[in-house]
Amino acid sequence: MTAHPVLRLSGITKRFGTTLANDAISIDLAPGEVLALLGENGAGKTTLMSILFGHYTPDAGTVEVAGAQLPPGKPRAAIRAGVGMVHQHFSLAANLTVLDNVMTGTESLWQLKSSTSKARRELLSIAERFGLKVNPDTRVGDLSVGEQQRVEILKALYNDAKILILDEPTAVLTNIEAETLFATLRVMAQNGLSLIFISHKLNEVMAAADRVVVLRGGKVVAERLAAATSRAELAELMVGRRVARPVREAATSGPILLEAINLDVGRRLSGINFAVRAGETLGIIGVSGNGQTALGHLVSGLVQHSGGELRLFDHAVNQTSVRALIEAGIGRIPEDRNAEGAIGEMAIWENAVLERIWEFSRHGLVDRRAARQFAAQIIEGFDVRGGTPDSRTRLLSGGNMQKLILGRNLQSRPRILIAAQPTRGLDEGAIAAVHTRILEARRAGTGVLLISEDLDEVVSLADRIQAIVKGRLSPPVPAEQADARMLGLMMAGDWPQDGTLAHAS
Amino acid sequence: MRLERRAHRPLVLVLLAPVIAIVTALAISGVLIAIAGAPVLEAYRLIITGAFGTRLGFTETLTRATPLMLTGLAAAVAFRARVWNIGAEGQFYLGAIAVAAVAATVFSGWPPYLLIPSSLMVGAIAGMVTLLVPLGLRLRFGVDEVVTSLLINFVVVLFVSMMIEGPLKDPLAFGWPQSIPVGADAMLPKLIDRTRLHIGLLIAIVVAVLVYFLQSRTVFGMQSRAAGLSPTAATFAGVPLAKTLIKVACLSGGLAGLAGAIEVTGVKGYVTTDLSPGYGYSGIIVAMLANLHPIGVIAAALFTAAMFVGADSMGRALGIPSYIADVTVSLSLLTMLVSIFFTQYRIRR
Repeated sequence: MTAHPVLRLSGITKRFGTTLANDAISIDLAPGEVLALLGENGAGKTTLMSILFGHYTPDAGTVEVAGAQLPPGKPRAAIRAGVGMVHQHFSLAANLTVLDNVMTGTESLWQLKSSTSKARRELLSIAERFGLKVNPDTRVGDLSVGEQQRVEILKALYNDAKILILDEPTAVLTNIEAETLFATLRVMAQNGLSLIFISHKLNEVMAAADRVVVLRGGKVVAERLAAATSRAELAELMVGRRVARPVREAATSGPILLEAINLDVGRRLSGINFAVRAGETLGIIGVSGNGQTALGHLVSGLVQHSGGELRLFDHAVNQTSVRALIEAGIGRIPEDRNAEGAIGEMAIWENAVLERIWEFSRHGLVDRRAARQFAAQIIEGFDVRGGTPDSRTRLLSGGNMQKLILGRNLQSRPRILIAAQPTRGLDEGAIAAVHTRILEARRAGTGVLLISEDLDEVVSLADRIQAIVKGRLSPPVPAEQADARMLGLMMAGDWPQDGTLAHAS
Repeated sequence: MRLERRAHRPLVLVLLAPVIAIVTALAISGVLIAIAGAPVLEAYRLIITGAFGTRLGFTETLTRATPLMLTGLAAAVAFRARVWNIGAEGQFYLGAIAVAAVAATVFSGWPPYLLIPSSLMVGAIAGMVTLLVPLGLRLRFGVDEVVTSLLINFVVVLFVSMMIEGPLKDPLAFGWPQSIPVGADAMLPKLIDRTRLHIGLLIAIVVAVLVYFLQSRTVFGMQSRAAGLSPTAATFAGVPLAKTLIKVACLSGGLAGLAGAIEVTGVKGYVTTDLSPGYGYSGIIVAMLANLHPIGVIAAALFTAAMFVGADSMGRALGIPSYIADVTVSLSLLTMLVSIFFTQYRIRR
């Protein structure tokens, strides 16, 4: 690469209270380079980028763009110098059009005439150049998440960004959308832009970056060329110790615990067949939005089936409820832990017992002592860090919140575990912990229904795999027989349309 | 400069926040008193002595605080579960008129120990029904209860007017629009003789403690909080959302209706259209001042009542408008909201 860096961070240090979020971090970025900033949650990635973008003022250190030092704590100066940022949570107005969103903040408040047609031309030419297809007149609220991200990127490019920072860009994307994004990043790099993307996912770092900077505990621990490193090495550098995801041993499957026969849920699921056996994991793969939510809600007792038969422990069930399912011994991990799994403003102990409150109350009074004890057992037994039973749940990191949810379900040894996207958004260490627990439960005889969009996860945990496509389920294939090509075909909906095959294995 | 969420809310700050808020509000209203041409410190002294200094003033403060406690609790209970009950004024009046309708007619001749509780119960039920209408509309059709519960206030006040000019008009009132009296047997016992202070104050305090217990110790309290904080998570945890909100509405509306019933049977003995100087609306302020805490409501109601009574007597003594009380109470709501905010956030550079 060229000798002259477009961006130079030198000696950036930032302290929050007693924690050192960034400790003398220095990074150079060359023109046309894609740099990945890899690190676990809490390693200091986002803090560093917020300093670069002027959201935070560093305690020490400087930011130089093309040789000129940026004034600290001034986002406008950063934008003017050509730094663009795509946040994890988009800052778009859903009720405005794409064009309006892109133009927001670029025009003077006192200017009477808005130069819309010029902006439209410019937007379309940028979109053309980078292959970011978008209709400028669509309302942002009507776009998919992937398209909204495209608008965020366009907005940065419209502001003449030379350096683009993407904060966990794939966290909200499906696999296919993520691949499209990486292709876009390539095009942008070829056009001379420099990119930094923040991630804790090893796969995408290896796939998309030229160079990888690994952060741990606020320090730069390593710098590697993507071509000269491996997933295993990066994982070790990132976590600081060797982490290996646990490996599944052969199943000793028992009787069928949960079975769906030609089941419909409104128009969202139609004619699905599956069977979960004791001591076995059934994995459901699929691209997001194909009915996973409805399936998860069905077996969690939130929605009722409208046709076909649902059998639980060899009995047909007509009407389910959350309480009936929990009492029957079904543990439930919801797909969205922040929206469904826990209430941030309530105490950890309250979140631990809310879904089984009848076990912790008598005559309508909450047995707070027993509830706190239950929470303490989960914290102890499932290694939930960062809180006591009485602290607010929002203080927990994503991984620890998930351990709490896992713990409240597994503590009472469920016969069936429903795990919907159990590791979405978690870092390597937490993923390994969650996987270990799921395998442990399976070994103890629990039947696991794993619904996940993470192909690697399903392949490594499941004994049998079915694909969900447009509300329909493929027949199951044993995990041993499944290769990438076959799973790809299944997820594309390419299987014999004959429901009887579902029972073939 | 930016705001940052505090990991913990320091207890000192939580307790100090209302004090700082009230002092700030008084300081700002001091400027207004000065503009009105009155000596500021003297005015403060008169407010305090007016509200607490004399037997009459003190009992009047407590009398006024009684309905405010109950309407404050009504708002606090509802807001905790994110049921936006702005209709306490209507529930108050319907509770009052319901008592007037039954106490001397249907219940006539009953012994006081039966008559008084039954009358209060009727008032509470009337309040419940008034709030169940907007809640039902929300649950069934998704209509925003902020609008409906507010609008029902006007319907109820007009209905009360109609009643006291019509079927419930007191024939012995020389044509004044007032309802038939509830009768001496239905009147709440006085707490102190020759004052307006009645046993309703004790009822309100006991109710506040009960509500606190209900919210912090019972399954209903936990579920209603969960339903308010995150309906999706509550649903996932199997909390019956509609049922919980209906219970909350019954409690909230019932408390406001009870306030009306107690005001009728405690103070006046009959209903007029000026029975409440906006107790229903002030209840919202009281609840916000208390940060929705039931025990805090007691203190907030006392403060609000003291401001009204004290500023009234100050205004009379110094010849300045007693609207200064409204201004001070409103200001203290604003300063209170700001200081509650700063118990949760801090400023970082």
